Amino acid sequence: MRRTLPVAGIAALALVLSACGGGDSESDDKKSPNEVDPASLSAELTWWDTSDPTNEAPAFKELIKKFNAEYPKVKINYQSVPFGEAQNKFKTAAEAGQGAPDILRAEVAWVPEFAAAGHLYALDGTPLLEDGDFLETPLSSNVYDGKTYGVPQVTDTLGLMYNKELFAKAGIEKAPTTWEEVKEDAALLKDKAGVDGIYVNSAGYFLLPFMYGEGGDLVDTESKTIEVASDENKAGIKVAQDLVTSGAAPKPDANDSYGTMMTLFKEGKVGMIINGPWEVANISNDPKFGGFDNLGIAPVPGGSAGAGAPVGGHNYVVYSGMDEAKADAATAFIQFMTSAESEAYLADELGLLPTNEGAYDLVKDNERVSAWKAALDVSVARPWIPEGGLFFAPLDEMATRVLVKDEDVSKVLDQTADKFKSDVVPDYDLP
Amino acid sequence: MTTAISAGPGHEPGPAPAARGRVRRLLDRHWYAWAMVLPTVLVLGVLVLYPLFQGIFQSFTDLNETNNRDVICTKTLGGGEDCVDNPDRAQFVGLDNYVDLITGERGKFWLLFTNTIVWTTACVFFHYTIGLGLAVLLNRRFRGRSLYRVLLIVPWAVPAFVSAFAWKFLFNPRFGLINSVLVDLGMDPVDWFNHRWTAMFAAIVTNVWLGVPFMMVAILGGLQAIPSDLYEAAEMDGASPWQRFRNVTLPGLRPVSSTVILLGTIWTFNMFPIIYFVTGGEPAGETEILVTGAFRAAFEGLRNYSLAATYGVLILSLLVVYAAMYRRVLRSRGEVW
Repeated sequence: MRRTLPVAGIAALALVLSACGGGDSESDDKKSPNEVDPASLSAELTWWDTSDPTNEAPAFKELIKKFNAEYPKVKINYQSVPFGEAQNKFKTAAEAGQGAPDILRAEVAWVPEFAAAGHLYALDGTPLLEDGDFLETPLSSNVYDGKTYGVPQVTDTLGLMYNKELFAKAGIEKAPTTWEEVKEDAALLKDKAGVDGIYVNSAGYFLLPFMYGEGGDLVDTESKTIEVASDENKAGIKVAQDLVTSGAAPKPDANDSYGTMMTLFKEGKVGMIINGPWEVANISNDPKFGGFDNLGIAPVPGGSAGAGAPVGGHNYVVYSGMDEAKADAATAFIQFMTSAESEAYLADELGLLPTNEGAYDLVKDNERVSAWKAALDVSVARPWIPEGGLFFAPLDEMATRVLVKDEDVSKVLDQTADKFKSDVVPDYDLP
Repeated sequence: MTTAISAGPGHEPGPAPAARGRVRRLLDRHWYAWAMVLPTVLVLGVLVLYPLFQGIFQSFTDLNETNNRDVICTKTLGGGEDCVDNPDRAQFVGLDNYVDLITGERGKFWLLFTNTIVWTTACVFFHYTIGLGLAVLLNRRFRGRSLYRVLLIVPWAVPAFVSAFAWKFLFNPRFGLINSVLVDLGMDPVDWFNHRWTAMFAAIVTNVWLGVPFMMVAILGGLQAIPSDLYEAAEMDGASPWQRFRNVTLPGLRPVSSTVILLGTIWTFNMFPIIYFVTGGEPAGETEILVTGAFRAAFEGLRNYSLAATYGVLILSLLVVYAAMYRRVLRSRGEVW
């Protein structure tokens, strides 16, 4: 089902294009950024960047400088907006019709939601999609109802991060590949290194690998059914609960579990965590951790059906309230930012995973990127529907109930599925 | 009324002219009052009444972010616009939202309701009692009294979310000060946010810390308004300090107390930032109160305006019922309010 998403998107796209007879003459205009002289293109664009303002923003600002060397008259108003606020802030501004940026860095799950609300320009037929060389899975998150509303900036996934020094102390030679091995290694870490084995963040997103590991998923977008309470998911969540009850993982905190996980890991008080590439710089810069050399990165451990981790990342989207006259400049800017060279630059500077296929050739020697290659190979696209952003409130509650409060997995997942029916996707059926 | 009656004889009989005359007279005599009130009425109308009625109306629809437009337009960058009629537009659904909420079909209304009652009662009780104690203390003459008064008002001057984050950190189960003190005292650390009532306790402590200064200042004002000869007379009659407190101070404070308790109840009932920032509703939504529930419906994920409006109407109704009952109780005790 997941694989068919992009295909369905392209098929629908073809239909739309063939249906629109007037498309041809327009697509000539759209090509114009390539023909327009970069030096004469003049516009002012506002860009909301949601990346980390201390670690990541300087690299993005540096890219803007490079862009301006080529396009001196396109002024980019760079605004750093905290990730946690951007979604609401953008929606509020877009609904009010004022204050929204021209370009936004949107998290993958936001795009279908914004697109469904009419807040975004479809980018079909622009050079962005025609010339782009994007990886299929990250690009698929931009497709809503047959049109493509953004291009991927960065992709990420979850992987197993471990402390090499603690592993050496415990006598573990290679990263565990199954949850069973995680449990065994946790016992070794506890006995020989005196630290907790793995910290499982009690949040829905971080439990997806356990569900995927047994072959489960949240919803089936094709048959429109809610799969939350499937036997696969129940088995997967039981594995997660078992890590906590068996003592392989300490009981997570209900509040600020993520922060606790990061602090404990950076201070070397826990051997393994499940987290993504966005934290690599943060972890390796922490003086207590021991640098990037001490950080092991492996694919998420697998269950009985193999390993699977959710795809995350961010996309560039264009606000539908932007003046059409700025279209060329916006296209040029996004094209520049997602070029193989720019993405390779970001990967070198920050360790962010490129979405442009060509960039991977340029960063072959970058350990921070290549470390994630194996993890990326087991990543699974999430169901990209407008309600995608709503999945996680019920799942977070589920995670807290099974991991922190030790409630019965089967009962909790049945209730979570009911909640999906009532609050998230009322049009979908419970199996 | 008097003016209307006295105006009667000079006019033709009949209700219409009399009424017109009455209005004109009222306007003639009180035009300045009407002029003064007009801006307030307009502002209240625009800022309070209109949204209020709109909110009540919305709670009877299924309005949310996806169905609030009549047409859905898709613009293609550099390539025109397609518009189609919205296939599922918001509809009037009658009492569905209320039924869903109250029967627990959507959300957890009764859990939030119980939490709100516990939260409000506990907070207002401690606000009032601690505020009263501090006010009585600070009403005596002693050295450095004004310094203490200033220091005790500080929590009130700090923005609520700042205090909320500070207390959240103090209660942090692993790195917080409170647990390290408990451990030093030889007790077990508490996973504050992993249980419903300990998490609620943390939130209540934070809010009590925040709310006491206001009560203290209000009651201090009330104390200073009690004539000192009442105390002297009581002392002459041989009343003990406790008897003076019960029979002079508390009755003297009654007008202030009834107002601040009513205000405090309404504020605490709707106190959003403390719950939202301190417990975040954890564990698993068990410490949400009605306003945080309304916020989540309105602003998290796809915005559900109608459900949030339903929460709003229910909150308003609860507070109106409470205020009416409170007034009746006060009146039965002979208070004018």
